[in-house]
Amino acid sequence: MKKNTKDTKQIVLKIAHLGSLAVFAFFASLPFLWMLITTFKQDADLYNRANNPFIFNMAPTLVHLKELFHETLFLKWLLNTAWVGVLVVLITLFLAIPAAYSLVRLAGRWGERLGIGIFLTYLVAPTILFIPMSRVVANLGLQDSLWSLVLVFPTFTVPFAIWLLMGFFKTIPRDLEEAAMIDGYSRFGAFIRMVIPISTSGILTVVIFSFTLVVQEYIYTLTFVTTASRYTVSVGVPTFLVHGDVYNWGALMAGCLIASLPVVIVYNFFVERFISGLTLGAVKG
Amino acid sequence: MDTDVKTVESTFRSRNQHLSFFFDNATVLGVLMIAPAVIYILALVGYPLVLAFIYSFSDITIGSSHFSFVGLENIQMLIRDFDFKTALYNTVYFTAVSMIIVLVLAKILALILLKDFKGKFIIRTLILMPYVAPISLGVIGWLWMLDSIYSPINWLLQHTGLFGPDFWPMWLGKPKLAMSAIITVHVWRMLPLATVIMLAGLTSIPQDIQDAALVDGAGYFRRLFQITIPMMLPIMLVAVLFGIVFTATDIIIILVLTRGGPYGSTQVLVSKAFYTGIDAGDLATGAATALFLFPLLAAVAIFMLRIARRAEIA
Repeated sequence: MKKNTKDTKQIVLKIAHLGSLAVFAFFASLPFLWMLITTFKQDADLYNRANNPFIFNMAPTLVHLKELFHETLFLKWLLNTAWVGVLVVLITLFLAIPAAYSLVRLAGRWGERLGIGIFLTYLVAPTILFIPMSRVVANLGLQDSLWSLVLVFPTFTVPFAIWLLMGFFKTIPRDLEEAAMIDGYSRFGAFIRMVIPISTSGILTVVIFSFTLVVQEYIYTLTFVTTASRYTVSVGVPTFLVHGDVYNWGALMAGCLIASLPVVIVYNFFVERFISGLTLGAVKG
Repeated sequence: MDTDVKTVESTFRSRNQHLSFFFDNATVLGVLMIAPAVIYILALVGYPLVLAFIYSFSDITIGSSHFSFVGLENIQMLIRDFDFKTALYNTVYFTAVSMIIVLVLAKILALILLKDFKGKFIIRTLILMPYVAPISLGVIGWLWMLDSIYSPINWLLQHTGLFGPDFWPMWLGKPKLAMSAIITVHVWRMLPLATVIMLAGLTSIPQDIQDAALVDGAGYFRRLFQITIPMMLPIMLVAVLFGIVFTATDIIIILVLTRGGPYGSTQVLVSKAFYTGIDAGDLATGAATALFLFPLLAAVAIFMLRIARRAEIA
């Protein structure tokens, strides 16, 4: 009898647990589910209020995808994003790797403080900077050009990259570099031949995060760029497929879904590193 | 033996004499390696930040080279402006309400996710999606879900009998509903990040402490309030600080969903700064509007420094 009630209690708890999980997962993924359904629905099915919006009342169609790739600049926006992303990642690595190493190994006591100072620039959000930055970009003759984005985006990738890499370099034993130096390398040689190769996974993390930050960026692109063919995907899609005369929901949702999925998949593998960087190393994972 | 080593060392040294000044001296090399990053940050974060202050006290506009200082005129004008006061109030309200909801839900979700269950990876991916996908694109999904005519949410609520047959709210068309919609979407976006941070905090509590408390007869809530929450406090603080910054400075949701409307009911400081500074070309007033967030960011920065210093000592 007693065992029975205990079992019932277990089952009730389990159902409550799974139920609440389902509710959260549904809430989180609902817009993406809705994108997926809309992408493949015929217009006649989509714009009929009598239909159940969650099922296919007519046969699925690929017409919205064709439209997205043939009649809009979507592909161009994807390419722009990739191009800016690659350049920004390269600049970020070039600036952040030596800086992080210097702060951890060569700078002594003030290294840590300068590191925190650099991290805090991450808080000086684009929000405060976008207005003066628009003037800076204009004065350099870069307005309405992808180069403005290449120049400005490292302002938010570099501080974060330095912070992540500092955490990474701290875990490398000093003996390794000292051994390399005894073998005849200079300090800088030891950094190039020893430290960088064993830090590949940390550097890869920085590459992923810098790239996703570029894909997500919105406000600077909206401020600096005005020509449709020079937008990145996260600004081009909402600006030119929403605020036009016609709301083309099918193509719009297809665009959102296609641009989101790769980022979601890649990011998922790196999320723990991201968090330990964000929590200032207060948690050791 | 001893001389041998010396000869080898001295030949090595003479070969690299002047290069070694750069490549071996820790101080020189340290400065050289950090200089590019520091110069870049000073030029593209420091300089614009100074400009933001200068612009706030000037009458600069887009497309004109005219520039003169007007002192506190912009700020005084803003303080008298009714729209500005609304935006300031909206910013505080939006930030506070969404932060509270996010914290409560994140705590619950983290506790749920802590348990082991099948398919955890998939569930985690689904739950993370709102934060990971480009926000502007996720928000368009919401724009379509909250559509005034074809909203599937309304359809669902009507067909499950929660809404009457004639009740079809225009989520983005009524001031109160629009604000709730903005908050909901923001919670949707921030919840994954807050949850993962909380989860990191939860898993960092040593199991022995929980076990010891259990042996001593502490119940679930006693453990929650006397062990779990106090031990997670530093992490929760970090989550809150980041949350405040991300919430108060983020305008993508507002720009895409409501553009500040209806009747300015969802206008916040940053969106107002964007519309005055960039769309209307009044750089000075725009900069002054955005600058009202600076005290908030500075306060958060000081808090962060304290936490970092404490982590350093421990």
